[in-house]
Amino acid sequence: MDLLNYAFMQRALLAAVLVGITAPAIGIYLVQRRQALMGDGIGHVAMTGVGLGFLLSWSPVWMATLVSVLGAVLMELIRWYGRTRGDIALAMLFYGGMAGGVMFINLAPTGSNANLMSYLFGSLSTVSQSDVTAICLLAAFVVLVTIGLRRQLFAVSQDEEFARVTGLPVRALNLLTAVTAAVTVTVAMRVVGLLLVSALMVVPVAAAQALSRSFAATFAIAVAIGVTVTISGTVTSYYQDVPPGATIVLLTIAAFLLLTALAAPVARRRARALEHAAGDPAECVIPEKVPAGRGSPDGLGV
Amino acid sequence: MSDESVESAVEPVIALRGVRAELGSRTVLRGIDLTVHRGEVVAVLGANGSGKSTAIRSVIGQVPVSAGEIEIFGTPRGRFSDWKRVGYVPQRTTAAGGVPATVTEVVASGRLSRARFGVLRKADHEAIRRALALVGMADRAKDSVNALSGGQHQRVLIARALASEPELLIMDEPMAGVDLASQEVLAETLREQVGKGTTVLLVLHELGPLEPLIDRAVVLRDGCVLHDGPPPKAVGQHALPGHDHVHPHADPAAEPVRTGLLS
Repeated sequence: MDLLNYAFMQRALLAAVLVGITAPAIGIYLVQRRQALMGDGIGHVAMTGVGLGFLLSWSPVWMATLVSVLGAVLMELIRWYGRTRGDIALAMLFYGGMAGGVMFINLAPTGSNANLMSYLFGSLSTVSQSDVTAICLLAAFVVLVTIGLRRQLFAVSQDEEFARVTGLPVRALNLLTAVTAAVTVTVAMRVVGLLLVSALMVVPVAAAQALSRSFAATFAIAVAIGVTVTISGTVTSYYQDVPPGATIVLLTIAAFLLLTALAAPVARRRARALEHAAGDPAECVIPEKVPAGRGSPDGLGV
Repeated sequence: MSDESVESAVEPVIALRGVRAELGSRTVLRGIDLTVHRGEVVAVLGANGSGKSTAIRSVIGQVPVSAGEIEIFGTPRGRFSDWKRVGYVPQRTTAAGGVPATVTEVVASGRLSRARFGVLRKADHEAIRRALALVGMADRAKDSVNALSGGQHQRVLIARALASEPELLIMDEPMAGVDLASQEVLAETLREQVGKGTTVLLVLHELGPLEPLIDRAVVLRDGCVLHDGPPPKAVGQHALPGHDHVHPHADPAAEPVRTGLLS
């Protein structure tokens, strides 16, 4: 394990683990409320923040956090008030955010498109000490919200209308979800990049769903998958000189395919056990004519 | 809480006076009066688009009201915050979300109104178990809601409403898409609740197996109250036993806006 001797690898691995935890942790609520692509939209908006950070010579990470939080709040407001034109408004927000990022970074004296690329697709080896501090603080916030308020966020994401009648502050919780998602995007920005963030929020959750029946188990499995792929992706990129962000995302998709393939027999066994418990016969019992009728098409085909 | 019984003896549980509501540019309620007294079971009936769902959703604050007043337990709705006294069953055909969840997990969210800071204690877990037993789903507690039939979904949604042990149950078409066997279970559950003194306001497409429970029916047409009194007798085809009249419809204007990407 000589890679741990390098300070930049220690920072990279720490950032990777934090992203592996936080992205699925907030992503599960986005998937639950069927807003799986929200992370992608916030990622687009965050580009303006990165560009502004370069232009104003502030920390791009903190500037991206600020802008993406504003963008996420704006999206939530559009969801409340924007009636039929809501999707158009969102599209303008997303692409405006992306165009703004490209524009600002080109206006900035220190910025170049190469700089922007490192934020778009991640650049683990250039994660600085101050980036790590920011990532740790932001990740702590995300973990606190997604675990501490899990019952409230579950209720709101499962059925907003019902949650309102239990007296939960639905709007505040929706805003908190949006802000937390925005924070997660900026946490993950240095590791997998703004354009690939959404994959780490959504795909581990989708993979975990293949195995689990409960929300709690889905949460745990998704985070476990997230941490596994971010660590193995980072390590792979150290030895093989491949881009870590892309490696992590491809590994996540591989995990999804593997688990989905594995889950089919598990689900079948589970269904059989359930039938057994219910005392249902394993197959339909209409013995006489059905097999003959079923068997004939094969014979006719010849 | 101690003077609750005194106050409730005079105050109706729900009172709507001259309520008007618009969805978009369409006027859905044109001045509705509706009063539900303690222990009563009131059914709101009417055709699709008559405003019955909107009327109920205005009570829980899901639909903004443009005129008139709504009181719950004698408190104007805007200032009402004692939601643990209210159990709500929304009009949905599924209890599932985008992520797997067990029956217990879904029903537990109904207990949040009584849980401080979302922490469920022993008594809360017992209440959740009791609510599941009431709808005959105790043996499915650990199953994923995705594995349930339509009628079982509805039973889970009702258990979720019962988990807070409410004094008032508000149900929006609890029988939509429910097979006859489950309808009987739900009617039995409701009978027990009414026997304990629970007040019920529910939207129904037709009375069905709940008919003997209903004290009063309010029939709406085009956003106006057409009839307020004893439940109307079913006529024609609707009177046939076992007549299964399922319309899993949704008022397009009442649906949340789907923006494609986000909702």
